[in-house]
Amino acid sequence: MAEAKFDGPVLELEDIHKSYATGSEVETEVLHGINLRLQRGEFAALIGPSGSGKSTLLNLIGLLDRPSSGRLLIDGQETGSLDDGALTRLRGRSIGFVFQHHHLIPAFTALENVMMPLLVERGRPDDEMRQRAAKLLDQVGLTAQANHQANQMSGGQQQRVAIARALTMQPSLVLADEPTGNLDTKSADSVFALMREVNVSQQTTFLIVTHDPRLAARCDRIIELVDGTIVSDHVAEVRKQEMPQQHPD
Amino acid sequence: MYPWLPFEWIAATRFLREGRMQSLLIIVGVGVGVSVIVFMSALLSGLQSNLVRRTLSSQAHVVILPPEEVARPQRDSTLGPILQKQAQRLRSIDQWQKLRGRLAEMPEIAAVSPIASGPAFAVRGNANKSVTLIGIEPDNYNRIIALDEKMVAGRLRLNAGETVIGIELAKDLGASVGDKLRINSSNGTTDTLTITGLFDLGNKGVNARNVYVGLRSAQTLLDLVGGVSSIDLGLRDMYAADAIALRIARETGLQADSWIKTNAQFFTALTSQKISSNVIRFFIGLSVAFGIASVLVVSVVQRSKEIGILRAMGATRGQMLRTFLIQGGIVGLLGSVLGSSLAWVFLALWRALALNPDGTPMFMITVEPELFAISAAGATLVGIFSALIPARRAASLDPVVAIRG
Ligand SMILES: Nc1ncnc2c1ncn2[C@@H]1O[C@H](COP(=O)(O)OP(=O)(O)OP(=O)(O)O)[C@@H](O)[C@H]1O
Ligand SMILES: [Mg+2]
Repeated sequence: MAEAKFDGPVLELEDIHKSYATGSEVETEVLHGINLRLQRGEFAALIGPSGSGKSTLLNLIGLLDRPSSGRLLIDGQETGSLDDGALTRLRGRSIGFVFQHHHLIPAFTALENVMMPLLVERGRPDDEMRQRAAKLLDQVGLTAQANHQANQMSGGQQQRVAIARALTMQPSLVLADEPTGNLDTKSADSVFALMREVNVSQQTTFLIVTHDPRLAARCDRIIELVDGTIVSDHVAEVRKQEMPQQHPD
Repeated sequence: MYPWLPFEWIAATRFLREGRMQSLLIIVGVGVGVSVIVFMSALLSGLQSNLVRRTLSSQAHVVILPPEEVARPQRDSTLGPILQKQAQRLRSIDQWQKLRGRLAEMPEIAAVSPIASGPAFAVRGNANKSVTLIGIEPDNYNRIIALDEKMVAGRLRLNAGETVIGIELAKDLGASVGDKLRINSSNGTTDTLTITGLFDLGNKGVNARNVYVGLRSAQTLLDLVGGVSSIDLGLRDMYAADAIALRIARETGLQADSWIKTNAQFFTALTSQKISSNVIRFFIGLSVAFGIASVLVVSVVQRSKEIGILRAMGATRGQMLRTFLIQGGIVGLLGSVLGSSLAWVFLALWRALALNPDGTPMFMITVEPELFAISAAGATLVGIFSALIPARRAASLDPVVAIRG
């Protein structure tokens, strides 16, 4: 928000390949040369049939896994040369995650879960992170649930906590893998609306994997992956005018 | 969340608290193991110190004697027959005054007590008992045997013409404090002494045999004027007796017997007891370690999703490693606290129930606080050590796999 951030593309992928060793010798390539750029403030959907490589791509972008080849830049920083510790730090600072199955840490309260990314970075709890977490919970409308454990909240509420947690580090990029996949339509709508709100108010970039065409249609950009290749990359008309520099590959 | 606690500690305690039943069971498991170790150690060390105390109640740590004849070089063949004849007689330690001065200067030696002792007969009325006449300097002797504390009647006073005898001998002779006692030495010298006190050294044989007199009286009675038949030493570290005895023997050419050699059988028993208790301790420790490890391995598997999420949020491998090592340490520490409390209860019960027929305790068990401290430290270390495998597993977990699974 207030911090001066790199103002080039938040994410740049150049010719990303990913293969998995299956069996002894044979390698299966899952991603075949992905080129992709996300600018600050973009709100993009990643769609495609099951098994097309969406989660694989998201894990690579989230620095949870390394590509077999190709260049991956986060905030302009080349990541291929970083060691495990540096990747962990960059991941903690620049990327927020929202997963399908909420994945709150059940031993902690909602507030503590939201504090967690700062806690692991700083090592010890402090008042500032508590306040920031409280503010984020307020933003997602869960102040009353601050001291609830995960099992005391509904799926939609848990996913809202997860979104608040993804925003704790004020990341450049939030990656969401089917964030509404487990929710009923109403909760899905409100979770989606929340992400959109954060995107608009804080210029946070979102990349959202979804199977729901209705939700995908409400994104500014729809990237379609089929069999490990981007087959279409469609920018909504309104946004195209706003961002003339966008040239999808 | 306490502000001063690092993330790893917060996560470790939360995980343990969340895994309630699992944590509780393993802590109880560790506790039972620790309680057995503590109880056994206290019992054994009580038994041991009790036996040692009994053994040493009438023995010096090191006794210096004139050289054994057979040990002397036989090169001078003319001396041979003479020495053999002399063996019948009591022999004195050459220049013992000088030796005493040197011994007193050795830092390892706490007390030096010259002794003139030999066989004699105690006669009172018709009763005639074979005894060992022991001439001592009471102050020095007390530092080794604490005879003054063992007096059950009268006082330890050994001026000329005075003696203290054991309660058994007193019974055998029908004598008590203030009575006269005649001592006939084997070479025909006789003296009549007044009994000033009765002692109980905790050993029937000793109580029936030992007759204490002043050093000078003994020297006269035993025909050892100016000489001593042995020198008793009290050491600062009684378990160093062997080494010190060896050194003295080498330096002086005299015979020096350590109480450890003298009681070799007793020590063999003690050592084998120690070994077997160490074996038991080791295996209890091992099973405790396996218990902790298996519970934590399960916990890592159960929490793999959470670990994956934490790693995705920027938690390092090191943080995950430490989180689980700390859990192991906490389980060990809490288990040892529980175990020590249990052991304390067992010991109290034992004290109340293990009694002699007359109601006195079989032997004293004093539990040193170090035993609890050591077991706490040991159990904590075992806990951390057994957490190594699960913790490394947690640290090396691939977040992608964990989150997907
Ligand atoms: N660790 C792995 N080892 C081998 N193959 C893998 C591995 N992970 C993913 N794959 C394969 O890569 C392909 C893409 O999987 P991915 O999970 O990215 O698909 P997806 O688009 O997210 O599917 P879905 O919509 O069902 O979540 C699949 O064929 C899958 O079997
Ligand atoms: Mg997927």
